[in-house]
Amino acid sequence: MQPSSSPAQTPPRANLAGWLYVLPLVLVLVPFFVAPILVVLAASFFATDGFGGLTPGFTLASYVEVLHSALTLKLYLATIKFTVLTWIFTLIIGFFVAYFLVFHVRNQLLAIGLFLLCTVPFWTSNIIRMISWIPLLGKEGLINQALLAMGVIRQPLEVLLFSDLAVVIAYVHQLTIFMIVPIFNSMARIDKKLIEAAIDAGASRFDIMRLIVVPMSKSGIALGTIFVVSIVMGDFFVVKVMSGGGSASVVSAFYEDVGVLQYPTAAASAVLLTLVLVAIVSLILRTVDIRQEITR
Amino acid sequence: MLDRDKGTSAADPSETRDVRQKKLSRRTLLKGAAVVAGAAAGSDAIRGFPTIWAQEIKDIELRHVGVSYSVVKAIGDQAAKDLGFKVTMQNLDTSAAINRFISQPNTVDIADLEGWQAKLAAKRAVIQGIEVKKIKEFDNILPIFTKGEIDGHKIPRQGISPYEAMYISKPDATDLHDGVTEWATFLPQVYNADSIGYRPDLVGHEVTEWKDLIDPKFKGKAAILDVPAIGIMDAALCFESAGLIKYGNKGNMTKEEIDFTCNKLIELKKQGQFRATWTTFDQSVQLMAAGEVVIQSMWSPAVAAVRVKEIPCVYAPVNVKNGKEGYRGWCNGMGLMKHLSGKKLDAAYEYLNWYLSGWQGGFVARYGYYSPVPSTAKKFLTPAEWAFWYEGQPAPEVVNDPYGVPMEKAGTKRDGGSFLDRVKNISCWNTLMDEAAYMNKRWNDFKVA
Repeated sequence: MQPSSSPAQTPPRANLAGWLYVLPLVLVLVPFFVAPILVVLAASFFATDGFGGLTPGFTLASYVEVLHSALTLKLYLATIKFTVLTWIFTLIIGFFVAYFLVFHVRNQLLAIGLFLLCTVPFWTSNIIRMISWIPLLGKEGLINQALLAMGVIRQPLEVLLFSDLAVVIAYVHQLTIFMIVPIFNSMARIDKKLIEAAIDAGASRFDIMRLIVVPMSKSGIALGTIFVVSIVMGDFFVVKVMSGGGSASVVSAFYEDVGVLQYPTAAASAVLLTLVLVAIVSLILRTVDIRQEITR
Repeated sequence: MLDRDKGTSAADPSETRDVRQKKLSRRTLLKGAAVVAGAAAGSDAIRGFPTIWAQEIKDIELRHVGVSYSVVKAIGDQAAKDLGFKVTMQNLDTSAAINRFISQPNTVDIADLEGWQAKLAAKRAVIQGIEVKKIKEFDNILPIFTKGEIDGHKIPRQGISPYEAMYISKPDATDLHDGVTEWATFLPQVYNADSIGYRPDLVGHEVTEWKDLIDPKFKGKAAILDVPAIGIMDAALCFESAGLIKYGNKGNMTKEEIDFTCNKLIELKKQGQFRATWTTFDQSVQLMAAGEVVIQSMWSPAVAAVRVKEIPCVYAPVNVKNGKEGYRGWCNGMGLMKHLSGKKLDAAYEYLNWYLSGWQGGFVARYGYYSPVPSTAKKFLTPAEWAFWYEGQPAPEVVNDPYGVPMEKAGTKRDGGSFLDRVKNISCWNTLMDEAAYMNKRWNDFKVA
């Protein structure tokens, strides 16, 4: 957080000012982020009597249990499946919506207006937006009724609701905005002259997309990816409701652990998930130097 | 674990939202009920409560914390009105509640506890014993709770029966005591017997056995409760009913029994038996009302809620036969938190006594739940309501639902029969198994399969 200049070269006053700048962030992060994480970390090494009692100490038993369980692998596979599917669809939709707004809408005011329009559904709660899919997708829902009435199907399609499909639909609906915003932002900063120059030099639309737009939107894509991946991996409610309880996720499993007062294993699973997410995010950051791209 | 109205940690905004929604609908429901109750109770509401110390206690506030179907705002409001001090009702789902009792005991005065939670709370030393002598109606509490029997019928102890969790040897004891003592861990206040709900028009025959839930005929049209601790008992009742296994104790399975049950569930899931699983009251109502399922494990008021939508729905009478079947019973009671003392403790005892004095018993009866002291509840019910809800007789006149809307025509009988028919056919109680951690893991295997 501290600027990289060494204290020896910086006058003490500037140094103090630097600390003052970060102070508000520190005041928020330490009690509300660092401390709870440390508590969870500590709890993950404690022993339990199985009835909510924790014995301070150091044991790796919870980690051994979590890591040795085939369930952990299945839960991660299920969660990663939802993450990847959601990521692909939000990326495709988000990218093209942003592309349209930036390159096809000539009037900047109109572009910003349309951009704001994209956020309208997000004025209402996540839960409402998710639940509103249920009457649409159900056995006696609008889609099934319409298809039945048209004679396309004889039996209602059950795969529409309480299925992986329903989970992905809800996630994509909820999270596409997190792709649109950063991608729109990075695309908007692409100099239009560059594209004109490319056209003049005989580049095809596809070349422009491949060689200019995509590489220069990388930071936005990376940021959007971080949002989407971390939200999906940290969520359990959408999976629970839209799969009709037919699927589970990493978080839902350790939430159930807390319900039966198995704090250490829940804590160990939480620490593991944090590590996995940190690894994924650093992998993304390694591929795209967001800081450099943003200050470009 | 019994999340009749799930919605959780304030950390997750979506969850909080869920709670608010649920609370709202519950509250509307209760408002209606309050009107009915008020009419029934009339001026009879206030009597027998000391007024001498009214001045001293009016600054007292009691925080009663627990699940929404047990800790009900309208009941708290009525108590505050009758008792003259402030009562705040706070709702959490079962797992959030027990976590709060254990980790922040001082933020709670009266804990809403199921039997197994009372056992845990005693073990963690967050509650104090309730002095039985100070409970006026204690001798009128049904012996189901105080002695573990009724009419000479022994109440089964599969799972953790309320009687089993009821007593400790001294006020600060941390282990349960088997047998009657002067000190109680919790005071039962509301209970019922859960079974199956089904659509009679689509199922085609009367359901009296749990095995119908896993009948391949209802493939893709059945649902089961997804609260591991009790969902597994519903599953066990099904498998026992189908003759697949005989459990030593459904409420406290061995690892082998857990494995058998969860493997069987996974097999059924892979065959597509379950359309969904549900965790909240509303979800179960929606599944049934929207035609997603025709048979599922269900709670009595949820069946009523489906029927109010003019969709036929029956609450299956799963009476015990051949050592199989039976209802899964549950009971919520009130525990006194350890930090209570002095006037506040006195007020808490007044509150406990008020609870058993009848108004609350009349109130919960109108959505199908029972009071441990039916003799006082009766005074707050009309003869028709008493005949319908408790005696299982054909309703002498129209019975209103808690909204005051006519629910059952004159002449209809309550599914499952009389109160005694039901409670005598409880075969296991909500619980937390010794192998809860393992069971939970296997349940998640089922979920993710």
